[in-house]
Amino acid sequence: MQLKEQLIELRERALSTLEKINDTKSLEEIRVAFLGKKGELTSVLKQMGKLSAEERPVMGALANEIREKFEVLYTEKNAKLKQAELLARIESEKIDITLPSRGRPLGNRHPLNIVLDELKEIFVSMGYNMVYGPEVEKTEYVFDLLNTPEGHPARDEGDTFYIDDSTILRTQTSSVQIRTMQDAVKNAKLPLAIISPGRVYRCDEADATHSPIFHQCEGLVIDEGLTFANLKGTLEIFFKRLYGDDIKLRFRPHQFPYTEPSAEVDLSCFKCSGKGCRFCKGEGWIEMLGCGMVHPKVLQNCGVDSQKYTGFAFGMGIERITLMRYEIDDMRFLYENDLRFLRQF
Amino acid sequence: MNLSLNWLNEYVDVTEVLMPDFVAKLTMSGTKVEKTKKLSEPLSKIVIGKVTEIKKHENSDKLWVCQINVGEQSVQIVTGAQNVTEGAIVPVVLDGGTVLRDGNGFKIKKGKLRGEVSEGMLCGFDELGLSLADVPYAMEDGILLLSDDPNADKLTIGGCALEFLGLNDTVIEFEITNNRPDCFSVTGLAREVAATFDSPLNIPAPNCKGVEIDDSDNLTVTVQNTELCSRYMAAVVKNVKIAPSPRWLTSRLKAHGIRPINNIVDITNYVMLEHGNPLHAFDRRFINDGKSSEIIVRNANDGEQIALLDGNTATLDSSMLVIADSSKPLAVAGVMGGEHSGVVDDTTDVIFEAACFDKVSVRLAAKKIGRRTESSSRFEKGLNPVNTKKSLLRALELVEQLGIGEVSSPNCLVDCVNFVEEIIKVSHNYEEVNNLLGSSISREEQLGIFARLGLGYDESTSEVIVPSWRSDIKLPCDLAEEVARIYGYNNIPSVLPAFGKSVTSVLQSERGISRLANALITKSCYECVTYSFVSPKMNSIAIEKQPVSIRNPFGEETSVMRTSLIPSMLKVISDNINVGNLESRLFEIGRIYSPNSETDMLCVAVYGKNEDFYSLKEIFEWILEQFKIENSIKRYTEMPFHPGRTACCDYAKLGELHPAVLLEYDISVPVYIIELDIEKFFAQSPTGVAYSPIANFPASVRDLSLVCENSIESGLIVEVIEKSGGRYLESVEFFDVFELSDNQKSLSYKLTFRKSDGTLTDEEVDKAIKKILTKLEEKDIKLKGV
Repeated sequence: MQLKEQLIELRERALSTLEKINDTKSLEEIRVAFLGKKGELTSVLKQMGKLSAEERPVMGALANEIREKFEVLYTEKNAKLKQAELLARIESEKIDITLPSRGRPLGNRHPLNIVLDELKEIFVSMGYNMVYGPEVEKTEYVFDLLNTPEGHPARDEGDTFYIDDSTILRTQTSSVQIRTMQDAVKNAKLPLAIISPGRVYRCDEADATHSPIFHQCEGLVIDEGLTFANLKGTLEIFFKRLYGDDIKLRFRPHQFPYTEPSAEVDLSCFKCSGKGCRFCKGEGWIEMLGCGMVHPKVLQNCGVDSQKYTGFAFGMGIERITLMRYEIDDMRFLYENDLRFLRQF
Repeated sequence: MNLSLNWLNEYVDVTEVLMPDFVAKLTMSGTKVEKTKKLSEPLSKIVIGKVTEIKKHENSDKLWVCQINVGEQSVQIVTGAQNVTEGAIVPVVLDGGTVLRDGNGFKIKKGKLRGEVSEGMLCGFDELGLSLADVPYAMEDGILLLSDDPNADKLTIGGCALEFLGLNDTVIEFEITNNRPDCFSVTGLAREVAATFDSPLNIPAPNCKGVEIDDSDNLTVTVQNTELCSRYMAAVVKNVKIAPSPRWLTSRLKAHGIRPINNIVDITNYVMLEHGNPLHAFDRRFINDGKSSEIIVRNANDGEQIALLDGNTATLDSSMLVIADSSKPLAVAGVMGGEHSGVVDDTTDVIFEAACFDKVSVRLAAKKIGRRTESSSRFEKGLNPVNTKKSLLRALELVEQLGIGEVSSPNCLVDCVNFVEEIIKVSHNYEEVNNLLGSSISREEQLGIFARLGLGYDESTSEVIVPSWRSDIKLPCDLAEEVARIYGYNNIPSVLPAFGKSVTSVLQSERGISRLANALITKSCYECVTYSFVSPKMNSIAIEKQPVSIRNPFGEETSVMRTSLIPSMLKVISDNINVGNLESRLFEIGRIYSPNSETDMLCVAVYGKNEDFYSLKEIFEWILEQFKIENSIKRYTEMPFHPGRTACCDYAKLGELHPAVLLEYDISVPVYIIELDIEKFFAQSPTGVAYSPIANFPASVRDLSLVCENSIESGLIVEVIEKSGGRYLESVEFFDVFELSDNQKSLSYKLTFRKSDGTLTDEEVDKAIKKILTKLEEKDIKLKGV
């Protein structure tokens, strides 16, 4: 056969084979078979030496044309097949995304501490220092210096856990007020603004709304010229940060031995926004906190000059805020630590 | 404290005030209203009607058809009652109204009875919630004939029957704060209401004429303990006619939750409600067997007994005050009277007692004998002895008013006074009030508030003159509170204080605790909060330290302050396993207590599938890493831990709990616990981190597989390698261990060498390895295969 016929035949065969190829592997084989070092085109071209000087350029041009044509088609085909193969692969790699993840779940903090951390954050941002006090405390700090003398019902053994005659489990975090003021006077650290969270104890059997152990957060600010209006302003900001700007506060006159004037703070009900519902017992308000201007006798008891300084104090129950926030209807859940409960926060 | 609205209106007129407004205003002026209840509920549409015509029902033997005049109109009502006659005045419930049936509301509708229209119903007393004691003239199973009532002259046809019967009252329940004993009375609350609404107050002074009583009566009182009895007054009432009290009086007692007994006892209760001072009435026959009226106020003798009014016997002790005659106690002062000296049906001569006893003594006595009464709950607030006389005179006035006995003349009252009446004056400076409140309330306005509250004012000295019933007002800040609450707390502005002199510094430990908790959360740990007290037995399991003991615990289970978090944690785990939570990771950050200190601790516990010492150790190292603390554990062999599977360092212990301890909690799976002293732990954390340059030259890595006896621990090998590895040894990393035989094992380590200023040569590394191997061989640790 003439070289020319051979080339033409090769071209037809190569192109028609290329046409039928359906995978990149065969495509590569075909390319090697035609264009490789030992490929058919190469071996045809090896015969070029036998040709005449006139024929050589003509055949050379034809051979090049065939090569180029083949390469164009090959590139095209290759791209097409690669794309198809990628799609096929992606299709085959589809997985069940609803199967569970590997690894351990995140644990979480106890709801009481989630709430407490939030309170701390708000007060720290307002310039308050954190102070802690002992829970096994002298009656002096819990009662006497807080205007609660011997004979006061709060001091009864039916209400307070006693260690000995002068030592108790503190019934309120207000004891930290005394320690803080005494320390501030001794070390010339007035004015001061502190909060003091912690455990307190009362002889209440555990039920849905009582616990012999619960948590309070005390606040105390002492400075020159502090007013009841400052107390109001502070607590308004605090509760708005905690519950949002829509919450309403009501300061209601009350009585505590260690503040004068004293107030209880009610918040508009979270459920009904004040209209009255089962949650707020129809009152539209929920009692949240006790507060007042520090009684001048308490200031004097701690050596604070009550002519120069005034102060305000407040104390709130962490349990109360927590129960309301998570709509927990039984306080005992907080101390039972059942995992099915703990996991929910 | 309950309050009858009708009674209140007698002293201050608030009839025009709507109930929601009343509740809101009183609450905001400091006397919180807990709830209100209409006494007549659910009764409605019950009017006074007059029977104008009555005839037999044509189709019934027992029914009557009545025409009733109910004011503007007339209605026809069919009744089965047999005591109704023409002209009778009866309570009529109209169409759509409600009566009581078996204690529940029952609606009456217009209908037909055997063909005759009936437009309502005639009522019996029980259908109005009354008893025979309220309407003694009534007939059981009949219609209540109001025409038989002693007050029948006040009946208005078509008027409200409930009002006539004293049933249209509203009871308001107040929360009274401890500083206001005066508000445990109708007059005290009336004062608050008058001040709140700025309405006139009209409390008439008791007006009792009395008769000169025969001198031989010889009523004498000796107060032996004047400390506990600041005033004791007594008065004789002779020729008493004991009978039920009139309805106006009993309905008020009932509105306040007090059961009527008889006229004399009811008067003592009525006056207690009205003026806040409890009274007592003795039957004179029972005092010294009627031979003399000599009363002694003294401390009880230890073990002395008294039969109380409620039929039980109480044993007294010398801390309690009693009212006694020469031979026996007649009453526990301020708490309860004796059974054998009380007023009974045939009593003829009565001695009224009005006294003021010490608040603490009464409270403790009531508590000890287990009877907190209406009387003791008032005395325990601290009463005003000035009020005692007014109360006694009021009781005598009521006796006269009811015409039930001869009253001693007000001049002949026995009065033992053991107090000095002081006039308290508190200096007032309106600017100081404003300075404390942050308000701008004018002087006039402040003086107006004092006047509304019934406080006097001395213009010459600018002093508030405090009336005897307001013993809570002592200091200028008390005046500020009075001004504030009447002015309105919510009318005082809200102003954030300006800080700047105080700088916040969040405690290092504070931030640390948050980070610690968050690190544990990322290791799947859930936080617990447990009680700080445990049983002594459980506490001693965990740690042998003398705990702080509670003198008056609820029970043994909660009687000591924990000295370790482990007992509480084991309880949590045991409870969780019992409810089917078979695996978990838990932690608590809490306090432990010793007689002289309180320490914040962390306890981490893991149990269940895939947990072992090493999973616990991973958590431990994880938290160490958070604080860049080097691990420096060594073996720990003490209780409550498993001696072979526990490690410790200066600030922590970590390991498997001793099986014997778990047995005490009925826990049958291993539990792994970290207990860590938080403060000591944080103290280990370096304060800062200094950067070290990143190495420029390549490392040279060698693996060493070693053989040694089973008893040799990896920690020792690493220590030897690190000590002898020379200056180019960068790190030693364990990667494998397996047992070769019963007493031999193989351990493999990857050693990395690096030079900071050049590339290491093989000779340099070989030299280091050789030195390491020599040192290891001294401890019988050899290179594997050699």
